[in-house]
This record gives sequence, C-alpha cells and structure tokens, in this order.
Amino acid sequence: MTATTTAPVAAPDVRTPARRPSPRLRAWATRAPLLPALVFMIAVTQLPFVATLVISFFDWNSLYPDARSFTGLANYGEVLSDADLRKSVWTTVLLTVAVVLASLILGLALALLLDRRFRGRGLVRTLLIAPFLVVPVAAALLWKHVLYNPEYGLLNGLLHYVGGPQPDWISDTPLLAVEASLVWQWTPFMMLILLAGLQSRDQQQIEAARVDGASDWQIFRHLTLPHLRRYLELGALLGSIYIVQNFDAVFTLTSGGLGTANLPYTVYQSFYQAHENGLASAAGVLVVIGSIIIATFALRVVSSLFREEVSRA
Amino acid sequence: MNAIRRNGLGLVAWLAGVVFFLPIAWMALTSFHSEEDAATNPPSFAAALTLDGYREFFGAGGGASPWPSLINSAVASVASTLLVLLLALPAAYALSIRPVKKWTDVLFFFLSTKMLPVVAGLLPIYLFAKNTDLLDNIWLLVVLYTSMNLPIAVWMMQSFLAEVPVAVIEAARVDGAKLPVILARVVAPIALPGIAATSLICFIFSWNELLFARVLTGVVAETAPVFLTGFITSQGLFLAKVCAASLVISLPVLAAGFAAQDKLVQGLSLGAVK
Repeated sequence: MTATTTAPVAAPDVRTPARRPSPRLRAWATRAPLLPALVFMIAVTQLPFVATLVISFFDWNSLYPDARSFTGLANYGEVLSDADLRKSVWTTVLLTVAVVLASLILGLALALLLDRRFRGRGLVRTLLIAPFLVVPVAAALLWKHVLYNPEYGLLNGLLHYVGGPQPDWISDTPLLAVEASLVWQWTPFMMLILLAGLQSRDQQQIEAARVDGASDWQIFRHLTLPHLRRYLELGALLGSIYIVQNFDAVFTLTSGGLGTANLPYTVYQSFYQAHENGLASAAGVLVVIGSIIIATFALRVVSSLFREEVSRA
Repeated sequence: MNAIRRNGLGLVAWLAGVVFFLPIAWMALTSFHSEEDAATNPPSFAAALTLDGYREFFGAGGGASPWPSLINSAVASVASTLLVLLLALPAAYALSIRPVKKWTDVLFFFLSTKMLPVVAGLLPIYLFAKNTDLLDNIWLLVVLYTSMNLPIAVWMMQSFLAEVPVAVIEAARVDGAKLPVILARVVAPIALPGIAATSLICFIFSWNELLFARVLTGVVAETAPVFLTGFITSQGLFLAKVCAASLVISLPVLAAGFAAQDKLVQGLSLGAVK
C-alpha cells in the first residue's frame, strides 16, 4: 500500500524542476490536510490532561481559592489511603471485570447461535442489537424504575406469577443490579464483534476438518476458538475501556450509593459536590494510569488485526 | 436428528432475542398505559392503551417541556458530526489515498486519545468554561463531542478511503483530472456509504453523552440525557411518563443504529473489524 503510493511521488522528478515546488514544500502539502484534526485533538484532549496533572499536585478546594498551595504527591497519598476512594478503585475493577466477562460469554453464545442459518435470523439479530441502541441514561432508568422497582417492577411482577420472593433488587444487591443492566447493554456489542470474527473464518478449512471426521466440539475447540482469540481480546479490551469510564449507570441506578461508586463517579463527586479540585485530579490521573495499562494491550491487539488487514489488502 | 437440532438451536436463538428485547417491548407497552395501569403487580399486560404518558412527557401536565433539551441534543449532535466530517475527511485522505510518512503512527495517535478517559480532562475543562463564561453553552459541548468522535471517524474513514483503488485515481490523474474532480467523481462514490455510516455512529455517541453535559450545562444548554436524569429520584405515579420519555429520546439512536447496522461493528471496533 505504501509502496504503490509513494512511487508516483518520486516519478515527477524527471520533469522540469522549475515548475514543481520543492520536496519540502510538497511534504508539507501532503501533511496539510492532516494538521487541523491533529491540532484540534491535541488542544482539546492533551492540554486538559496536562492541566489535570498539574492540578493534582496542588492542595486546592475551590471553595477556598486563596488557600491553594503546592503539595507534591500528597493528594496521591490521600487518594490511595482514603478508604472510600480505595473502595471505589476496587468497585471499578469489580464492575469492569464482571460486566466484561459476563457480556463476553453471553455475546459468544449469541454469536454462535446467530452464525447458523435459521428462519428469521435477520430479525433476531435486530432484536439482539436493540439494547445497545437505547440511550444509556434511558436504559438505566428503565432498569431502575420499570424492572427493579420492588412494588410494581416487571421482575417482581413476573416472580409474582410463579409465587417467588419479592426482593428489593437495588437495595439488596446494588452492585449486581448495576452490573446486570450493563451486561444487558454490552452483550450486543460483544456479539457483533464476535459474529464478525466467526464470519471471517476459513470455511474451506472447516469443511476439510469435517470431511476428516472432526466433531463439532473439536472444530470449535481447535479451529474456531483459536481464530476467535483476537476478537475476544478486542471485545474485552474495548469493553473495558468503555466500562471503566462508565458514569451513566452508576449515577442513575444508585447515585453512587450502597458501595457502587466507581472512580469516574468519585472524580465527578469530589469536584462537583465536594469542590476538592486537587484530590479529584489525583483520582483522575489514577484512572488514566489504569486506562493506559489496558490501552497498551488494546493498541497491540488493534494493531495486529490492522496489519493483517493491510497485508491482506 | 440433525434437523431437530438445527431447529432447536434456531428456537434458542429466537428465545434469546425475545428475552433481550423484552425490557424494550415492556417499556413501549407501558408508555401507552395509564399511570394507574403501569404501576400494578402483577403487571397489567392487557390494560387499555392511551397517549397520556406522551402528553405528560411533552408538558401537558404542567411539567418542564422536553423540547429545549431535544433541540439542544440535536444541535450538539448534528453540529459536532459535521465538524467531525470537516476535520476527519482531509485527515483520512492524508492517511490513505496520499499517505504521509509514518501514517500508521499518526493513526495510532488518534486512537490513543480515545483511550484517555473523559474524567482525565473534565476538571480543567470545567474550570476553563467557568472562567470564560462558556458554562451552559451548547457550543462547548459541540467542541467536546467533536474531540470525542474524531478518532473513531478518522479510523473509520481511513479504512473506507483505503478501499478506493489507487490505480483508478492514478488513471484519472494521468487523464488530466484535477483533484476536486477526482474526489467528486472517483473517491466519493466508493467512500460515500462508509462516510454516511461514520456520521450516524458519531451522531449516536454525541446524542448519548451524559457526563460532559451533566457537568457543563445547566438551564439553557441542557441536553436530552440530562433532562432524563430528572426522573432518577421520581416518586409516585410516573412510570408511563418515564417510559414515553426514554423511548422518545432513544428513538433517534435506534433509527441511526439500525440504519448503520452493517457498519456498526467497524465503527465500534474503531475499524479493526470489518
């Protein structure tokens, strides 16, 4: 790809140089279309993060702006030793791992079901995608009021028919309640990525294995699963990146109460309600460090899939 | 035996589809019930249908009208999507059709910004907005949503533009066609469906966004998701109204999502999966 497009750039050198701009000018002409987007991204995403980093070294409560002072790493010490904040780190990990794993397994099962031919497959696919296309706040409200409500929610309504118990879902199992609503929204996402993976399998290879007498399980275990590995990784990593940042479900379902406050909610709360700018920034930087660890792996997976695509093209 | 198994698994798939869709179907049904019928246990499946929930949502009962927030969301989503196109199209061109040196590195820089969590820059953005009187201003959201979607758009469009055969462009150039003509006649027809899907996905993400909107807007620039947060602590009879509200506000996303269905995976996986 690169080779084919750089060739014509070198070719015009045989023509009269006077009518052609200098190579340096032409290099900038090639770069020019890229610059607005690059400058925009750096200005809007990188600069604020640098500011966050700086603020995180200050003791700064916006209610007492005059008492602002440099404290070095004290905010980090406070964040890491604060019981509530430490708990929110743990909650974030628990929430992310549980939601990603559950939606990945469910998504894989659904993708395998949808990879087969059956009547109405297109419609079933559409039904399954729908939860992902409900506005997140609306989905959280739907679960909070319409499904989980202990008195008239649908879950207890259905349990009523079979004479089951009538639990108060959010109060009894707050974190699980948040996780279930997120799994409902994210399973379609995993399903779509894994379905794309299943459909990119080498059908001839599978046919050949079948002719050689391999069972469905053997084909799944030794051909499908290894092929899907990178799609599973990609789903897990992208899911983690989105769910680590989740704010909507925690904010709507429990307002961060009952031990469900994750880091994004805690950051939001510590500057929006407690006005602790320095602490909020330190917590924000910690979220970034966590994300960078996930992102490093994510970038590696995306780039290996990407290089495969480029070399195939 | 095989036929039974095949049909059986088809049935399981149908069952899964129905289970996943059930909450949405129930939300739709409840939105057409009266408030009294909406809040019963056991649920009243066959209750009389009414549009009262929708009338209430649109302010018939004296509550706040959702129109300003819907209009704000539309402005923020459409304007930021247009701005994304304006910035991403030339960038994608310089990363695919006429690539700069080290174009993959640039591509991965865009992707890495997407992995920076929103909370990483939230506070400085809030302080900046406060000091420059941009709080509660919808155009600040337009800029932020553009930065949120630009990496996705650059990745998607790069992969769509890369599908345009270089030989065809070269042939047109040899025939003396100027750049605008090549873009309009050769590149656009091939890349247009992809560009449309990219726009729809950017629209969805902007329409859904809550954290920025919640922190940076108040009365004037409130968006639809922020309007919905008003229902979080509701008490009493309001189920039909909240269902109507959730459904109406999700409708643009459902429509855009189904329209972009085929390219949805590619957008969500940042172009890594086709």
